[in-house]
Amino acid sequence: MTDEADVEELRERVQGLESQVEVADTSEGEADSRSMVIVATQGSLDMAYPPLILASTAAAFDWDVTVFHTFWALDILHEERSKNLKMSSVGNPNMPVPNLVGTLPGMDAVTSKMMRKKIADNDTASVEELIETSLDLGVEFQACQMTIELMDYEEDDFYDGVTVGVGAATALEEMADADIQLLV
Amino acid sequence: MSETQSGTQADADAERNIEPDEVLDVKGESCPMPVVKTRQKIDDVESGGVLEVVSTDSGSMSDIKGWASSTDGVELVSQIEDEDEGVYRHLVQKTDD
Repeated sequence: MTDEADVEELRERVQGLESQVEVADTSEGEADSRSMVIVATQGSLDMAYPPLILASTAAAFDWDVTVFHTFWALDILHEERSKNLKMSSVGNPNMPVPNLVGTLPGMDAVTSKMMRKKIADNDTASVEELIETSLDLGVEFQACQMTIELMDYEEDDFYDGVTVGVGAATALEEMADADIQLLV
Repeated sequence: MSETQSGTQADADAERNIEPDEVLDVKGESCPMPVVKTRQKIDDVESGGVLEVVSTDSGSMSDIKGWASSTDGVELVSQIEDEDEGVYRHLVQKTDD
């Protein structure tokens, strides 16, 4: 009698485990597509490019892509400010301007203009074009709520399709589930 | 067709013999736009159809190959460097998922 009860109990456990395996199999099939979360923190003209290029390309691979923008990177999602991102001449060893010259008034504007010209001459996509294309391909752009308030921005300032009202916990939750996590 | 190498005789033959259903001109555009626009354009191609991508970006040879090999529903048919016109021509076929 005890044996029969044991067998019955084992049978139930096996059935339970089998159904779990089925669930695992299905979810593996669905998880075929990869996912990537990028945390973007920089808002200068040069640093706007790496997250946008990676995000748009990953979306072209049909990956599930989220870019969480915080601090200065909010400017990339800001419709007006994104068209006028600046570069710093000081402390940037890649710019052909000595630091001392870079500290002169108006030098950042000169450096930014130089970079913009290079971008245009080389037919590199503009920040705006990369954002619009990424949105079209389903990239989820998130604007950190805390920084929005810190910078005194309005929700309407951002491109249509940008998600607001999210914070670090949302980003972490998505990062935990993602295949690739990057901080730019 | 198995793995194609860029610029082989087979690629040249494919380029000559296959009439693409759609053509995407990304001349002048640089990374990441050739790949990104190819992804957008492939939506206009019916299953089994072929898209020709014409690019001036030398990085597109590696990028489109990489994109096609790791994306479901597309297959790279051929890639050639058209030296006469100074362009790279990529044939991408849309397959069943």
